[in-house]
Amino acid sequence: MSKYLSDPALLRALVQPDRVHRDVYLDPGIFELEMQRLWRRTWVYVGHESQVPGSGDFHTADIAGQPVVMVRDADGALHVLLNRCAHKGSKVVGAKSGNCKGHLRCPYHGWIYRPDGSLRSVPLKGGYDGTRFQQSEAAKGMTRVAHAEYRGFVFAKLSTTGPAFEEYFGDSLSSIDNMVDRSPKGRLEVTGGVLRYMHHCNWKLFVENLNDAMHPMVAHESSAGTARDLWKDHPADEPKPMVIEQFVPFVSNYAFFDGMGVQVYDNGHSYTGVNFSIHSNYAGIPEYERSMVDAYGAERAHAILGEARHNTVYYPSLTIKGAIQTIRVVRPIAVDRTLIESYTLRLVGAPDSLLERSVMYTRLINAPTSVVGHDDLHCYRAIQEGLAAQGNEWVSLHRNCVDGEAEASVGRYNGTNEIAMRGQFRAWARALSADEVGV
Amino acid sequence: MSGVVSDHELVEFVYHEARLIDEKRFAEWLDLFTEDGLYYMPLTRDQPDGRLHTSLYYEDRLLLKVRIERLSHPNAFSQSEPSWCQHVLQAPRIESRSESLVVLRTPYVYAESQGDRQDIYLAVAWHHLCLREGPLKMKMKKIDLLNRGAALPSIQLFL
Repeated sequence: MSKYLSDPALLRALVQPDRVHRDVYLDPGIFELEMQRLWRRTWVYVGHESQVPGSGDFHTADIAGQPVVMVRDADGALHVLLNRCAHKGSKVVGAKSGNCKGHLRCPYHGWIYRPDGSLRSVPLKGGYDGTRFQQSEAAKGMTRVAHAEYRGFVFAKLSTTGPAFEEYFGDSLSSIDNMVDRSPKGRLEVTGGVLRYMHHCNWKLFVENLNDAMHPMVAHESSAGTARDLWKDHPADEPKPMVIEQFVPFVSNYAFFDGMGVQVYDNGHSYTGVNFSIHSNYAGIPEYERSMVDAYGAERAHAILGEARHNTVYYPSLTIKGAIQTIRVVRPIAVDRTLIESYTLRLVGAPDSLLERSVMYTRLINAPTSVVGHDDLHCYRAIQEGLAAQGNEWVSLHRNCVDGEAEASVGRYNGTNEIAMRGQFRAWARALSADEVGV
Repeated sequence: MSGVVSDHELVEFVYHEARLIDEKRFAEWLDLFTEDGLYYMPLTRDQPDGRLHTSLYYEDRLLLKVRIERLSHPNAFSQSEPSWCQHVLQAPRIESRSESLVVLRTPYVYAESQGDRQDIYLAVAWHHLCLREGPLKMKMKKIDLLNRGAALPSIQLFL
């Protein structure tokens, strides 16, 4: 048993206002506590409703170490179920996604469930006559999980404890709004495949990095810097290939990343790119802009497209980039292993060139073959291994920290401030120190 | 290249191409592509294209040049311990041949090693070679990776 489970004071001491103890990234017992007290008690991203458009469509995911299936019933309603047969525990759905033709059927003994998880039939049911089956958990069917849909994004909460959805995400949902509003039809569609990149590091190192504005010009000098250098002799007004347009802003200077700004919300959520971002200066697509003006009117269309938020972190499981319509989903597997799944979204009603841009971006940045991803992961791995060093047990989060910040940190700050990470750890510490009994 | 290109020359091209990667002779390797050449590794089976569907690689010469120049950049941190790779090819077979284009199919094993780690992949390469005047060049090298849907670690060199 982890020493932190039996000693709440020790657990609380791991997170201080401006530094965290290395064990938050290294200790397998802490990882178990994170799964129980943070991941299972908060709203974790499952998938997008466009992945299950029709009756009987399903999509599976492993969230907080548990298999779930999202399935649409004949009335169009979505259900999120634990993907576990009530009989002997087999995963009922084996495929990543597909259509269940009305009912979910266990491959082992043929128990059949309705899309809402209730048990419809069991072969040779007479064998249960006179037993306590009807009073048992098995008769209840597949376990239903609380879920919430927000403009197509589906989140689930495995525990019966924890905050309500709107209370948990609050105003951070404006980033999802902005991504959806970028569709002239107000609708997104997941398309173009999923990149699955295994990260041999703690999940928090990935999540923290999304709003870390001090690393790009250093970590990505070799990739984005090379792209910049290869293009440097071209006239400034020459249209840039998409590759150059997407890579080069990563090596913008410190003033740029600081000026970008960061917005911090409660519960660990935040986004960088309050004022502008690395996505601000992409070439215009006149046909798209016209369709947006037609759909929303000029003023509203410009307001929507004027936002260029960088990464929004929906702590702890989802990060989105509205301005380029890509999302990254965080699936922790072990204390030092995290699967990152990246998806692209089509803006329904927009020209293909927008999807083309999203597809290129996710390949350049999020793929296991990405030169940007390689250097990020190298740094996460280097931290995971470097923290083994004795002598300094603390990770510094001091940048721009002010006294009393913890009491009222919601707001806008300079982009290179480490306040987004401190906010994540405050949410983390709150969740982990809640020792109430909950499933 | 004038005259008819022999089957032997085509097959030798495929072996040579793999060897250039294994020996990190990347400038020579890049020169094997036509100006509009493409290095393409789809993400899914039956993927329609690389423009509106994500791929693992869908690289034109400019992007390949970024990758290649980065590999020798002093601050390519993920290469501070350099990766090395090895292709082990099955005999290439000519799949189709027209006046201007020949397509070869080559199953192979690819290993990429870095420090104590070694990752092994199985793939099929489809070399689309241009038979116009001048030296033989690749219009496309398409790679069907066996475990393309798996959660993959970093792949840092070229299959």
